[in-house]
Amino acid sequence: MRAMLARVWALAAIPLISIVLALIFGSILIILSSLATEKSLNLLLPLVAYESLFQGATGLSFIDVAGGAIKFAPSINPEQAGRAITNTLAAASPLVLSGLAVGVGFKAGLFNIGGTGQVLVGGFFAGLVGAAVAQQPPVIAVTIAMLAGAIGGALYGFIPGALKAFTGAHEVVSTIMLNSLAVFVIVGLVNDIFKITGPTFARTADVGNAAMPILFGRNGNIGIFITLVLVALTWVLIYRTPLGFEIRTVGANPSAARYAGMNPRRLIVLTMSLCGLFAGLAGAFEILSLGYYPAIFGTTIGFAGITVALLGRAHPVGILLAAILLGGMRAGAPAMQITAKIPIEIIDVLQGLILLFLAAESVIRHLLRSRTERVTPGEIGTVSRTYGETTI
Amino acid sequence: MTESVSESVTAPALEMRGITKRYPGVVANDGIDLDVRPGEIHALLGENGAGKSTLMNILYGLATPDSGEILLDGAVIGISGPSDAIARGISMVHQHFMLVPVMSVADNILLGAETMANPVFLDRAEAHRRIVELGTRFGFEIDPEVPVGSLSVGWQQRVEILKALYRQARILVLDEPTAVLTPQETKEIFSVLRRLADEGHSIIFISHKLNEVLEIADRITVIRRGRVVGSRVPAETNEDDLAALMVGRNVQLVVDRGESHPAGPTLIVSDLKVADDRGQQSVNGVSFEVRAGEILGVAGVAGNGQEELVEALTGLRKPTSGSVSLAGQDVTGSGPRELQQRGMSFVPGDRHRFGLVLSFPLSDNLVLTQYDEPPYVKGLLRNEAAIDAWAERAIAEYDIRTPSARVAASTLSGGNQQKSIVAREFSRKLTVLILDQPTRGLDVGSIEFIHRQVIAKRDQGAAILLVSAELDEVLELSDRVAVVYRGEIVALVDGPTAEREEVGLLMAAGRRSIPPTESAAPPADGPTPVSA
Repeated sequence: MRAMLARVWALAAIPLISIVLALIFGSILIILSSLATEKSLNLLLPLVAYESLFQGATGLSFIDVAGGAIKFAPSINPEQAGRAITNTLAAASPLVLSGLAVGVGFKAGLFNIGGTGQVLVGGFFAGLVGAAVAQQPPVIAVTIAMLAGAIGGALYGFIPGALKAFTGAHEVVSTIMLNSLAVFVIVGLVNDIFKITGPTFARTADVGNAAMPILFGRNGNIGIFITLVLVALTWVLIYRTPLGFEIRTVGANPSAARYAGMNPRRLIVLTMSLCGLFAGLAGAFEILSLGYYPAIFGTTIGFAGITVALLGRAHPVGILLAAILLGGMRAGAPAMQITAKIPIEIIDVLQGLILLFLAAESVIRHLLRSRTERVTPGEIGTVSRTYGETTI
Repeated sequence: MTESVSESVTAPALEMRGITKRYPGVVANDGIDLDVRPGEIHALLGENGAGKSTLMNILYGLATPDSGEILLDGAVIGISGPSDAIARGISMVHQHFMLVPVMSVADNILLGAETMANPVFLDRAEAHRRIVELGTRFGFEIDPEVPVGSLSVGWQQRVEILKALYRQARILVLDEPTAVLTPQETKEIFSVLRRLADEGHSIIFISHKLNEVLEIADRITVIRRGRVVGSRVPAETNEDDLAALMVGRNVQLVVDRGESHPAGPTLIVSDLKVADDRGQQSVNGVSFEVRAGEILGVAGVAGNGQEELVEALTGLRKPTSGSVSLAGQDVTGSGPRELQQRGMSFVPGDRHRFGLVLSFPLSDNLVLTQYDEPPYVKGLLRNEAAIDAWAERAIAEYDIRTPSARVAASTLSGGNQQKSIVAREFSRKLTVLILDQPTRGLDVGSIEFIHRQVIAKRDQGAAILLVSAELDEVLELSDRVAVVYRGEIVALVDGPTAEREEVGLLMAAGRRSIPPTESAAPPADGPTPVSA
């Protein structure tokens, strides 16, 4: 038990420290920005902001900041809490999937930057197929539309996987290019071919019965449950199946994988397709919730997956927790904007800061020095490589 | 020192007293005493993991002892780090050289100890003069402008020693200096060390090779499990005595090979040609067969095509032409998976690159080549219980020293890592066993153990191909020895009756004698010429 806790701490220490550091630097930014806009120095403003953010995400409140004094006053409004938590989970579920799209890649030593493109293709497929089956019974329509999204994403992950396996093209380069390709090709397709008449902007037809089923509350959709099941299945796949063992071995030591009779090429193609499948499903969730595919679909889900995967240390459970954190931020941001008058974009700043500190892992370790000896240059691995090696 | 040898005429140049260093769960050094006199070559002998490296890291300032003191010329000193150690005249030559290959000898030597003409510019002329002078003094002239990468391993090591001398080292620590050298280079480095000692330098020579220690050392201190267990002078000891001290029991240095009873050929290789990574043909049409129940040794200086041959036989590299058949089936060009299914086991030469996934738990490594076979899979899932049970059994049967099967393979010593690979590969149902450098870098206890296992596999009827750079190992175990030279088998000799010198010469020159015209060729490896 102690050993287990020590291992969890060894994995969780850096993410937790990164979050704390991001909140500290974020509060400095909040104070500075309010200094510029309100022309007044309010040192309590970050506290007000974070507290309203937390309340917006969970419905829980711990402190009462009124008239410049901080009072510890825990309170909960059950109705508000239910709504807030539902919002958080609904925002988190596509993030979990886009996080898995990056994290599973890490396990095989692959850095899938292509989440954005895979989300778009998945969403586009789901939108088109959803519209085509809009008149079918909801169970059938939703299933088919989601499968279409997953397949679309998987195909868009298969391409960089095959390029890497058979030509050696680095997945980081090819997925970045494929992202741009997806953005512009889909805009063109919607504008020129799949646009429907009626709406004031270019978009595809309504998905009708394929719309995301709401199971509870205002937006407690079925995607939340599908996501939870997929997290569990991914954990089983990675840590409890021979295939997962192959994926992890290829990530940790490709030469040993070849020696052991594994087929690295097959595994690279397979893993990239699986990553694309997760991202495509995330896109499908977004589009089926929206009800149609808009020509300009400016989603940040795909890119946020990188932060989620790094924060969750490429572990399915870690990714789930990290996505809930970032989803909570997204869900709580409007409340923060209203209460603390902080622009909603501060959420993106916080997310960026977290990513920055995560990427500076060796710097943080160096600063800490408490648990680890000094890092020598040889020990600094690439993120995909080091995360591929973590086993738990 | 535990015995009275330290009461000599000369006061020790360096003394380490009562050095204790604990790491979580292990006492690496337990009250170690060591003294080194001026002009002495002092060997520090011990198995892997005995605590030699920890002791030297303490001396070099890389680790801080929990207790104990270090005395230099009789005065207690504290060493805060490598630069402090160097400033006090203590230098270390690591097993893996700390050199920049693209830079010249002079640049490498000056790096970190720049000789300045003025605050801005280096005094290259003066530096060159000193380097040449030092080299001449100790018997190895070297051109300071040659890039280090173009030097042989033996010369690179001399550059490391020059680096230490340039920094005015008085006490020189050499960590397993001969591990990477050919026998000839070893002899040469020994004469360099002797000259250094004659000039008054103190040398600490870390090794686990008994014959070398006996040859070069003035005194030998043996440590086992963090303690000094004895001190000897070479004249009053022998290999068996040292091995027993080192391991803590009597060790059979040469395994009893017994009778072999070869049956029909299992592995038949005919006219095999293999290209290396750069497309150069490095195996030039070799043909041989390995019979069931025999060990065919492959002797040769490293880099004569052995690596490519092994990779081609085990499916890691496609041969360019020729054929391989295993138990009557043509397996030319088959991949590792298919060969494994046909009963091939392979202990790779580079255990960190191929044999293990260092970051994975030992238990996962013990099933690296069987992870998808029953009983390690049940239905779609891994059978963790079966994997753990096998790991426990392997740890017991193959004497793998580890706190548990759950620790990462990287935390095991080299010998225990190798025993893990042997446990995995020997426990499969096998008809052909390919061994590439099966005991490289291991201590005598592990070597004895692995050699016994190899003989046992032979007696069970396995066809075994043994490739090793250690000629003694090949000669001790093999029934027949194939000598490779420049990618060809130049001779096939009977193992038990083979002459070491003759095989050595074949390895070095590809023939039994050196014609007069070629006597000025690059230094041959080891043995003196004998007439055929």
